[in-house]
Amino acid sequence: MGVWGGVYPEYEIARNADRCVVCRVCERQCANEAHEYIPEINKMAADDAKCVNCHRCVALCPTRALKIVKSGNTYKENMNWTEKTINEIYKQADTGGVLLSSMGNPEPYPIYFDKLTLNASQVTNPSIDPLREPMETRIFLGAKPNAIERDENGKLKNNLPPQLKLTMPMMFAAMSYGAISYNAHESLARAAEELGVFYNTGEGGLHEDFYRYGKNTIVQVASGRFGVHKEYLNAGMAVEIKMGQGAKPGIGGHLPGAKIVADVSRTRMIPEGADAISPAPHHDIYSIEDLRQLVYSLKETTEYQKPVIVKIAAVHNVAAIASGIARSGADIIALDGFRGGTGAAPTRIRDCVGIPIELALAGVDTRLREEGIRDRVSIVASGGIRSSTDIFKAIALGADCVYLGTAALMALGCHLCRSCQAGKCNWGIATQTPELVKRLNPNIGYKRLVNLMRAWQHEIEEMMGGMGINSIEALKGNRLALRGVGLNEKELAILGVKHAGE
Amino acid sequence: MMSDTHINAAGLDFQALNKKIRQTAGDIQIEGCCGQRYIGAGQSGRTITIHGTPGNALGAYMDGAVIVVRGNAQDAVGDTMNDGRIIVHGNAGDALGYGIRGGAIYIRGGAGYRTGIHMKEYQEKKPVIVVGGRAGSFLGEYMAGGLIIVLGIGAEGDVPVGNFTGTGMHGGAIYIRSSVQPTCLPAQVTLEEALPEDKRAIAAPVAEYAGLFGADADELLSGTFYLLRPNAKNPYHTLYAAHLR
Repeated sequence: MGVWGGVYPEYEIARNADRCVVCRVCERQCANEAHEYIPEINKMAADDAKCVNCHRCVALCPTRALKIVKSGNTYKENMNWTEKTINEIYKQADTGGVLLSSMGNPEPYPIYFDKLTLNASQVTNPSIDPLREPMETRIFLGAKPNAIERDENGKLKNNLPPQLKLTMPMMFAAMSYGAISYNAHESLARAAEELGVFYNTGEGGLHEDFYRYGKNTIVQVASGRFGVHKEYLNAGMAVEIKMGQGAKPGIGGHLPGAKIVADVSRTRMIPEGADAISPAPHHDIYSIEDLRQLVYSLKETTEYQKPVIVKIAAVHNVAAIASGIARSGADIIALDGFRGGTGAAPTRIRDCVGIPIELALAGVDTRLREEGIRDRVSIVASGGIRSSTDIFKAIALGADCVYLGTAALMALGCHLCRSCQAGKCNWGIATQTPELVKRLNPNIGYKRLVNLMRAWQHEIEEMMGGMGINSIEALKGNRLALRGVGLNEKELAILGVKHAGE
Repeated sequence: MMSDTHINAAGLDFQALNKKIRQTAGDIQIEGCCGQRYIGAGQSGRTITIHGTPGNALGAYMDGAVIVVRGNAQDAVGDTMNDGRIIVHGNAGDALGYGIRGGAIYIRGGAGYRTGIHMKEYQEKKPVIVVGGRAGSFLGEYMAGGLIIVLGIGAEGDVPVGNFTGTGMHGGAIYIRSSVQPTCLPAQVTLEEALPEDKRAIAAPVAEYAGLFGADADELLSGTFYLLRPNAKNPYHTLYAAHLR
């Protein structure tokens, strides 16, 4: 509705004419073609409607002549019919389409991490200086045996199921080759190797070049079974069954044929240009018993050498579901909260389905403890982990480890423009276009990931030291390390923490 | 010819049996099989003959082995199979050939619900599933490639498949031998009567079936076949509106 079609751009490209030297970098850098050179007047022009606010031009403008500002165009103010709601209606009336978005839920739900504070030692229990004293951030993920077993000679029997050993309680979350680029995958794999942690293939198979990072790889099996075969299952150190994803619980995946280019086609083992459709459910899993069947078929195929992870979205009955998963033979449960990212999801699903990871995590940990089965599984939390304090709080709420997706991509250059589905990522991350992919240099990318993770590791050590504890093990599920600020009694009860001042 | 190693499965649970299979080289015969799951998972380069009834997920992720079942099979036969052959001299249960990418599965009798879901093909890999009798509902759902043939032996005069065949189908082909036109089909498939040139694509697998189980291939091929194919390679591309929020 309007001569220019669609809705008025939310953001505007602001160019400082005094600073612009017409070098045309912005024009070359923008895959959305928002910038244009006008030779008649030797000036740059911009089409705000094409701008996705990814900040590529801002970051590369040598004279800092560019910034992106809110356009400020306003409808008549209405707290019920907001600009967002109005624009969505216009867009759907125009196209008849299901709204499709990317990355995590941006809506203003409460962030419980921000309403939890940490404890520190004073007087009675001395704090520890992490620069002087050893701090243990190493963790092991996997089922732990119930009891010590001895053989007939009284010697200890090794009854420990396979474990993942990590130098710090963080891993890179599942992001498939196809959703993200080759260079993004290489950066994640190399960073995982250097750090002694793991990255996750996602449901896109494993590129032949990356088999050499197997010691730091988790391979994923999802409903589409793309690229899944025996060699793949045995290529990594663990196998993850993806039942759900925080960004789109109950929804399958759909990588459009346009993104199935030659290399992605080989890795997924499907023809070029064919849609890669992951059905919403696994059509062979209708119950915990069926899940057990898939868990054990993977264990048989990997000869019981690899822990099996089951990843689910945090939904209403997550604690009961996790209890079932712990009894299915899975070694690790990955819980993905509703702020988790995605390469594409229906907007309504991303923004309205699922629950916050903080509540899900606390609920699951409590339930498994009550049932006496917490040691049967490790818990990996994900979906909106933004900082070392979020990690620290997640561990105190009961996680063994976290997955980092969005934060890792931001280390690689992502500016959260939430346009991944378009496949034109100017930062070379969520794209398969060769000239865009090459903008992400894995030699730099992996170092930035290592920087971020090491910095967070140091911060975690400082927080542990301040509390007078020297290992992640001593923090795990230690909810006395937390106090709530401004939370109601129900929220505190679910989180299992006291209010500040108590 | 080297004789097969015999393994008596009686009293062995699936873990013990499968360990024994992995530790035994060459071709094997399993006697007294009674519901043990995951037999032949990930196996390649050998023939496993099973007397009795193997349990669920027979030949899961199989990569080139041959499994012959002298009896019935249960659910999830050939789950995510990459290559090889599974021959069942009886019936098979639900979710047969889920996500199968290569190789062939021949079922003498019928198969349950959800046969060949998300079957796919890739380069030279083009999986084939032949069901001799009837197949249940949701046959070939989300099918992305390969070939499914339902011969309907014993179901003459009736449609030998259930409802919703090929829902979400976006590749491959399903041939149904039936004198009655299948109904209750989703929008994503086209249905036509197979022409003689269409039938050429199934001549070899039908002959294979006939040879394995003692049927008359020419007689089977002379019957009416309905051919289901997807009506679009990218069925969902018009569904969405980009929303950069």
